Amino acid sequence: MNVLMEEMNRRALALGVPLGAQLDVTYRCNERCVHCYLDHDDHGEMTTAEMRDVLDQLADAGTLFLTLSGGEVFMRMDFFEILAYARSLMFCIKIKTNAFMVREKEADLIRDMDVSSVQVSIYSHRPEVHDAITLLPRSLERSIKGIRLLQQRGVKVIIANVLMRQNLADYEGVRALARSLGVESTIDPTITPKMDGDRSILGLGIGGEELRGVMHNADLVGNVDEFCASPPPVEDEDLDQVPCSASHTYCYISPYGDVFPCVQFPLPTGNVRQQKFLDIWRYSPQMNDVRSIRPRDLPVCSTCSHIGTCTRCPGLAYMQGDMRGPSVQDCEKSYARTGIPSANMKLRLAAVPHLADLVQIQLAQAW
Amino acid sequence: MTTYIARSKSVAARMLGGEMMIMSPRDTTLFNLNDVGSVIWQSADGQTPLHAIVERLCTEFDVAPEVARQDAETFVQELVEHGIMHVSDRPITAEPLRQEAT
Repeated sequence: MNVLMEEMNRRALALGVPLGAQLDVTYRCNERCVHCYLDHDDHGEMTTAEMRDVLDQLADAGTLFLTLSGGEVFMRMDFFEILAYARSLMFCIKIKTNAFMVREKEADLIRDMDVSSVQVSIYSHRPEVHDAITLLPRSLERSIKGIRLLQQRGVKVIIANVLMRQNLADYEGVRALARSLGVESTIDPTITPKMDGDRSILGLGIGGEELRGVMHNADLVGNVDEFCASPPPVEDEDLDQVPCSASHTYCYISPYGDVFPCVQFPLPTGNVRQQKFLDIWRYSPQMNDVRSIRPRDLPVCSTCSHIGTCTRCPGLAYMQGDMRGPSVQDCEKSYARTGIPSANMKLRLAAVPHLADLVQIQLAQAW
Repeated sequence: MTTYIARSKSVAARMLGGEMMIMSPRDTTLFNLNDVGSVIWQSADGQTPLHAIVERLCTEFDVAPEVARQDAETFVQELVEHGIMHVSDRPITAEPLRQEAT
């Protein structure tokens, strides 16, 4: 991050400005990805007029960076109307899409509207793997075609790859595909529970050993020694820092107008159909509760050696039952990276009966 | 000659703490305008002559007219070079044609 960007974030934090926001325009989707956390039925999306009103309110609140996502954004017939209006308000816009429905006309419009970047989900370079995840035949072929059309027009495209057991063997292939298309790529090993709390899809995620392999891959993380180094001693400032941007400089708005601290933090804080956005942002008790979280106050994590370097997500912790509790997925990442168990992992290990104890009991019974 | 200035529609911009933050989405270059620059930017509607904007600066910031004029012209030229502002000797009503990507 450059100095000016850091300064802008610092200023937004000090002023309580939601500098970034994600607005999901729909949860409907043409794909049915096996790991998706959304319910794709339409339960009453905001109308075009309501979307414009939300965009007006976000602009007035100071939001500059706007992500338009879904679901699949192109499932909305008025998507380009929403996009054009957002650009007229001078947002810096990123679009998340599967690009299946991006043809010449759509690519031209995205270019002409000076969209900052387009993120496209690609899970494998092999159709039989990618299409088995999206459950949509020919989806890889169509997504790649969409990426090409955008790239040819000078639009910045980023391929986003969610790592699962199903596609773990293919991330190098996806990176090579990205290079051949002249676009960037990212990898994320995080599977998020469904918004209704269903955690069954977490089983699709990669295991500890595989995660360790990813974390120690120099092609992905750069300097492995540096990236996987043991955490430095915890400083006082580590315990008082703002954990992440959720509720501080960032928020998420659903297609139904619900406002959340983050896309990965399904704690309802208000609805723009009933309240002004700024009233929710500034005065919602839930938003302010999230805002009050500091590492020092976390019962388990404050005692953890990883606290200064952990990517702990309060939203994932919330989905595990307590926004001030540990986020198991982040504990696992810290462990995979450094080989040092987190405080939470040590507690869990201590709570499990040792095998030796069980064997002794069995022997006693035999005698 | 009367000069007119207009903000480029291709940029992203927002006022933050009294200063204008401008981002060129294509190359993600970020610009931070101070309070004087922010006034020039916000006044650059393509219809208001630059000399009228300079007069406003003199009033708002208590600057000598010649100093304000020179500073404003230098500032505008810099923004033009970065492609985030347009200049014309006639009122600007529409965005100039996009340059083809090379």
